[in-house]
Amino acid sequence: MRITKQSPIVGVDGESAVKDALKLLSPRVEQPARRAFLQRSLTLGGLAMLSGCSITSNAGVETALESISRLNDRVQGWLFDPTRLAPTYADSMITRPFPFNAYYGEDEIREVDGDAWRLEVAGLVSDKRRWTLSELGELPQQEQVTRHICVEGWSAIGKWGGVPFAHFLKRVGADLSAKYVGFKCADDYYTSIDMATALHPQTILALSYDGQVLPSKYGYPVKLRMPTKLGYKNPKHIQAVFVTNTYPGGYWEDQGYNWFGGS
Amino acid sequence: MSAARALPIHPGWLRAAHWLNAVAVLVMVASGWRVYNAAPLFAFRFPREITLGGWLGGALQWHFAGMWLLFINGLVYLARNLASGRFGRKFFPLTAGDLWRDLRAALRGRLAHADPRTYNGLQRAAYLFVIGDIALLVVSGLVLWKSVQFPLLREAMGGYDGARRVHFFAMAALLAFVAGHLMMVALVPRTLIAMVRGR
Repeated sequence: MRITKQSPIVGVDGESAVKDALKLLSPRVEQPARRAFLQRSLTLGGLAMLSGCSITSNAGVETALESISRLNDRVQGWLFDPTRLAPTYADSMITRPFPFNAYYGEDEIREVDGDAWRLEVAGLVSDKRRWTLSELGELPQQEQVTRHICVEGWSAIGKWGGVPFAHFLKRVGADLSAKYVGFKCADDYYTSIDMATALHPQTILALSYDGQVLPSKYGYPVKLRMPTKLGYKNPKHIQAVFVTNTYPGGYWEDQGYNWFGGS
Repeated sequence: MSAARALPIHPGWLRAAHWLNAVAVLVMVASGWRVYNAAPLFAFRFPREITLGGWLGGALQWHFAGMWLLFINGLVYLARNLASGRFGRKFFPLTAGDLWRDLRAALRGRLAHADPRTYNGLQRAAYLFVIGDIALLVVSGLVLWKSVQFPLLREAMGGYDGARRVHFFAMAALLAFVAGHLMMVALVPRTLIAMVRGR
């Protein structure tokens, strides 16, 4: 999750005003921006030859870059060690305040009614019963202080607690040989991950942040926390989890961010 | 003697590797600047017009495509150089005395390029430096890309944030080399012809 950068490093007003405007327009602006990137790259002349395409073949460059990104998904899946743990930190190293980040601004954070909320479970699972928040709270819990790395390059250390996702998947009788686990969220965000990462010991369905009930800005009532993946792969305000063999894509992934997005 | 003269100054594989590397470096630096702009480490951004990719997602696609060209071409270059013995022949011996003498000569504008087949001390040092610098860019970039999967490299770079700094300064050092390299080529244009035609 990115676009707004509430990084403690920078805070230029003109810049953030432009970003706010872009946020409002983002669904319409992203596509022309991609066209613009291709046109701009082609003005760099010889670069176009990289892909072996003619200079007029914008679609060719785009297709080539997309297929290399798919290759990089496979390479990352191959490099991913399911037992390798991300580094953990002392509580004293937690970044305060932990930055808010989403494809929308902080004034548009969704407020979810936790009492009415139910977690849907769908796809290749044997038990499709919906889960209440308190039922999730009764499952085994785990806490972690790990580094959240944003695709933009900045990072921040935070503390999340919740249900190990592998435990949850086994509990609902998920087909653990399926390729993907997808997520649909109350803020209309969506993303999907590989099964190996879903089963990683540090992948948790987070219900708390820094010892408190997960605040809205960090994804109340439930967020998927994975220290082995970039921020945009960690969905907030999750409403549905589904297990599938059909590639589900994602909000940013469909616009060109790498799907695997692992670290 | 005449047979030796007939041999190109730079063999074909070396010229190919040089120009592929030049393209890879151009792609990596220009797209890397756009990635940097998304969350600047320092109090400046690179002008958008000289970056590649248009938006962050596009720049990352270029960067993670260009890395394969840089990496594979670099491996082929190093492997052929070492296997053929060219590496040892061209870059060594290199003594501090040679380097100092040639550096002073260069600064006075009197560095001799009588034999383009033999690198002077300054060239040897500069080319070895840029080989090491690109290797450092690859390793620090690997840590930024896959910081969890390469714990030893990550700790060697001073953690994820350390790797960001190493990656940035190695890029700056690469640009310093390129600036000096282009200046020398402008002063001795036949080196450019040799790198294109081989002689």
